[in-house]
Amino acid sequence: MVANKNKEHEKIISPTRLMIQKFKANSLAMFGLWTFLTIVTIVVIGSVYVNVTNYDLADLSRIGTHKYLPPSSENWLGTDRYGRDQFIRVIVGGAISLQVAFLSTILSVTIGITIGAISGYFGGKVDNFLMRVTEIVSSFPFLALAFTLSVIFSDVEQTTKLFILVFILGILRWTGLARIIRGQVLSLREQEFITATKALGISTKNQITRHLIPNVVAYVIVSATIGFAGAILSEAALSYLGLSVNEPVPTWGGLLQRASTSTIMRNFPWMWVFPGIALFALIMSVNLIGEGLRDAVDPKSEIMSKSRKGRRRKREERDKIFAEKELRDKRIGEKAAGIEVKS
Amino acid sequence: MSANNNLYKLTFWEKYGSIIKYIGKRILLIIPVLFTISLIIFTMVEFMPGDPINAFLNPEQLTGTVEEVAAKRAFWTEKLGLNDPFPVRFFRWWGQLLRGEFGYSIVKFQPVRNFIGEHIYNSFVLNVFAFSLAFAIAIIVGIKSAVKKHSMYDNFFSVFSIVGISLPSFFMAMILIFAFAVRLQILPFNGMQDPLNIRPTWTYYVLPITVIALGSLASLLKYVRNAMLEVLKQDYIRTARSKGLAEKVVIYKHAFRNALIPVITLVGFWIPRLFGGSILIEKIFIWPGIGLLMNDAYVQKDRSVLVIVLVFYALLTLLGNLFMDVGYSLADPRIREGGSK
Repeated sequence: MVANKNKEHEKIISPTRLMIQKFKANSLAMFGLWTFLTIVTIVVIGSVYVNVTNYDLADLSRIGTHKYLPPSSENWLGTDRYGRDQFIRVIVGGAISLQVAFLSTILSVTIGITIGAISGYFGGKVDNFLMRVTEIVSSFPFLALAFTLSVIFSDVEQTTKLFILVFILGILRWTGLARIIRGQVLSLREQEFITATKALGISTKNQITRHLIPNVVAYVIVSATIGFAGAILSEAALSYLGLSVNEPVPTWGGLLQRASTSTIMRNFPWMWVFPGIALFALIMSVNLIGEGLRDAVDPKSEIMSKSRKGRRRKREERDKIFAEKELRDKRIGEKAAGIEVKS
Repeated sequence: MSANNNLYKLTFWEKYGSIIKYIGKRILLIIPVLFTISLIIFTMVEFMPGDPINAFLNPEQLTGTVEEVAAKRAFWTEKLGLNDPFPVRFFRWWGQLLRGEFGYSIVKFQPVRNFIGEHIYNSFVLNVFAFSLAFAIAIIVGIKSAVKKHSMYDNFFSVFSIVGISLPSFFMAMILIFAFAVRLQILPFNGMQDPLNIRPTWTYYVLPITVIALGSLASLLKYVRNAMLEVLKQDYIRTARSKGLAEKVVIYKHAFRNALIPVITLVGFWIPRLFGGSILIEKIFIWPGIGLLMNDAYVQKDRSVLVIVLVFYALLTLLGNLFMDVGYSLADPRIREGGSK
């Protein structure tokens, strides 16, 4: 009777559901998610506006009257030395940053999964060769190499340059994921369900794509999120060094770089504070989401309520269960003692 | 004591043989990897825009009639060996490298060997201070955070570390420069030494060291905390507690010693930064280290310097990886066994 009663309260939830529940209970991660969505919405609306109105980023017509204006109702984040609206420039910079980070993450995740899965599944010589390649790529000093590649391609057109940037970031950042996937696949390969797929005669390609990869998706998502934050940071660093798209198209790193003289820093703080804060907020929100996902994916972690109230409620619930259990044990003990006495 | 004497004593080779073999194997593996990387670097620098002869010769040297200029160019191209096929140049360069000749800077008009040491030293001084500081603070704070999990203290430093990881180093540098150099004017803006000797030299170290230390502290803190939490979950910690040991002994003697192994291995991750510096930070603070040397080499198209610095970076990264692998294998013999199969 007692066992049945307990089971009524026990809901069976799928692993994915559990992950979503864990993530939702994590208030820091949810904060990150909302910040990220807000930034993305503003950037998307802003870039749609820029595209629809054919906004001229090289507009120099207001240079005389609007030079270095502080933030106002007309220019929300002030204006730069050519009288251009800083708000639009920050948004366009954000759009570039998000595009580059998104595309390069897709590229690096694709390479990472492919190399990792092939390496882990086939093992032996293939594994040895691919792991050497991985080691070579991961031995490249990242920023230095990205720097060299950007210099080599510094004379190309702006749009091509964006794709080259995506390529550089994607081609250098897959090694960590490949190692994780390889390790996971190596251990999964030994399990019964893969033997079953072999016995069923499923093709190697389907074994990998349909049966192995779905089992590592959780790691991929976490790694991709953290990698996304890293890609935003690297893009900003490269554009700070002047190796991304050039004027008149703004980038966050470029905006910061052009504002890092003592005159601008002292007199026109809106020139560097706003792009910096935008960059920081975006990277932090993605990192918070990544941390939350990592916790949610970890089967050992519990659903944790970060708020004091939630924690107290949980503690009280646990105490109540313990108290009930103790009471039950006590009663059983008394009963047993009673029986003993009677007999 | 007497029981020990009865045990079979392992010879040196039996005890350390597998470690030495493993290290030897790893070192041998570095050679082909470094060779491949240097080939890629050499090829990439070949494709850099700009004509090396134009960069090498002064504009005045290129005056005169068209034939004179062409003859001069041909003479120097031949003399610098730029006409030779690619493999010849690559292996000649490697030969020079092995003999300790690092090439000739066409911008500074002196052999690379003359000035590269000074740049490495400048980067090293800066980073050694910053990393020691970060390491010391991270260990103290990280242990306390792990022990007092989810306390106010832990939450504060968790937020600090996620902020530190997310704050780009150049933006942090700008904030600090704005506060201390522009507003308060107590620290210099950038550079390494006052040309007029008015400010003491140490003030030039404060801002770069703070930026590097804060950045690495953030990631290190998280790492120490996680390593410590992992150890505190182990059964032997419960055993130590149930034996009735003082909490201090449990934390510092039993838990921390074991948590330190993965943390020490993290030094391998730092080796490239320690000697190689950082392009961004050295560019912002105009610090004459290896990073700034590389940045200048790009701007001035100084190929021989560029190739050397890139190979140096790759070598450092490889040594760092080696250090980490060896560290892990010392800590966990299973890795060694798996590797020797």
